[in-house]
Amino acid sequence: MTIPKVELKQVSKAFHGNGTTVQALADVSLRVMEGEFVTVIGPSGSGKSTLFNLIVGLLDPDSGDICLDGDVCANRAGRVGYMPQRDLLLPWRSALDNAIIPLELAGMSRDEAREKARAMLPMFGLEAFADSYPAALSGGMRQRAALLRTILTERDILLLDEPFGALDALTRRDLQDWLLKVWGRFGQTVIFITHDVEEALYLGDRVIVLSARPGRVVKSLTVELDRPRRRGMIAGGAFGRQMAELLEALGVTV
Amino acid sequence: MSDSTEHRTRPPRWLREAFPPALLIVLAILTWHAAAVESGLASFILPTPAQVIAAGWETRAILGQAILTTMIETALGLGIALAFGILIAAAMDLSPFLRRALYPILVASQTVQILAIAPLLIIWFGFGLLPKVIIVVLICFFPLAVSTADGLASSDPDLIALLRSMGASRGQVWRMVRLPSALPAFFSGLRVAVTYSVVGATIGEWVGGSQGLGLYMLRSKNALATDQVFFAMLITSVLSIGLFVLVYLIERLALPWYYSAQRKEQWEETGIF
Repeated sequence: MTIPKVELKQVSKAFHGNGTTVQALADVSLRVMEGEFVTVIGPSGSGKSTLFNLIVGLLDPDSGDICLDGDVCANRAGRVGYMPQRDLLLPWRSALDNAIIPLELAGMSRDEAREKARAMLPMFGLEAFADSYPAALSGGMRQRAALLRTILTERDILLLDEPFGALDALTRRDLQDWLLKVWGRFGQTVIFITHDVEEALYLGDRVIVLSARPGRVVKSLTVELDRPRRRGMIAGGAFGRQMAELLEALGVTV
Repeated sequence: MSDSTEHRTRPPRWLREAFPPALLIVLAILTWHAAAVESGLASFILPTPAQVIAAGWETRAILGQAILTTMIETALGLGIALAFGILIAAAMDLSPFLRRALYPILVASQTVQILAIAPLLIIWFGFGLLPKVIIVVLICFFPLAVSTADGLASSDPDLIALLRSMGASRGQVWRMVRLPSALPAFFSGLRVAVTYSVVGATIGEWVGGSQGLGLYMLRSKNALATDQVFFAMLITSVLSIGLFVLVYLIERLALPWYYSAQRKEQWEETGIF
């Protein structure tokens, strides 16, 4: 049996503060295989972002284990490429210099890192904006720069936390197709958080549904759509049926 | 309201910025001149602007030496205040204990009357350079320390978490996130500090100096050479403004991202401000 790329075993996490305890995640078990694109949906407050902070290694679980590649369990920091909800570009660095941060952290010289990143700009639609500061970029461009930065961490596991959540519907759709293209090229293992059921279904090989707080896995659905995905699939019967299944798992009356 | 023809004939930006204050200054000088002439007051009470300039020109040899002395004190004081302010800000940022310990003392230090402490400093450290430099440091390090500490505290915790997730060390986080994000606040503090610095040095000289603009002012006052007092005040202002502009220019060069992020300039073209 192959070793899962990311495995969570009965992970629980609570936060204490202001005299109250908030149970964010309860008994979450999850396996993501190599090259798999898994989307995670859940109502707000279901601990989705906590899940990521745990996998990244910014937080440690109260109980349970988190393992990457089967054997990296304790020191996970720096092992996954993490893209948070906000683009978090450094305002004092140009788009290109933001993208090369992980390369610089890995000890590469600035010039070498720039050269490497510059070669990837066309794919990210940023070749004309390499030297622009983030403030001069549109929301979609900022997200693409942030994703380039995430890709340049050169990790084979990517955690994307609602990367398109703040974008308008049109830009969002463009970026979804574009993300699938990039992923098709690099083939990393991806865990993608969203609160949009359609997005979860359109992008993922598998959709994990979390419950409201405390977050538990209430459903794991294998998506019945072929790759490569096409927009027309959204109108198909399988898509509608699975969408209804997901909504039901989220507690929406269908 | 700004159609394209009007837009094209608009004067350049620097002129639009410089014109209002220049106009006001010219008006003020004219009013001053008129008041001095019409009132018939003796020139040791209210000299005309022309008399002030002439008095300065006549004493240019002494003045040159005085300006040099004051500038050296100011520069030394500012330099020490910079080092001191940044050090204290960094210490407060690294240790919450030190922050709690130092902050009230910092504030208290600013409530001490400089005019009261200046003579004491002269008694302790003599009539030379040192007490003046100390006064400049006392005045300048506070805005520097407070603004730098606030700037360091303002860095986005999510940014830090992101870099940590990429495996960045504490030092790398400092260099890439903490320091750059503290710079705008630091420069604001520096602008305040340099504006007060020259005045600080002249206060020290006034209270007990053997050289400098403050002493020149004191002697001129005692000799009822009011025109010279005015001229020295003018020089003090010009020096302060010069330092302010210098810091502003350095800031523009050092923080291009900060100014390009301010969209106000684009909006100004639309005339909604």
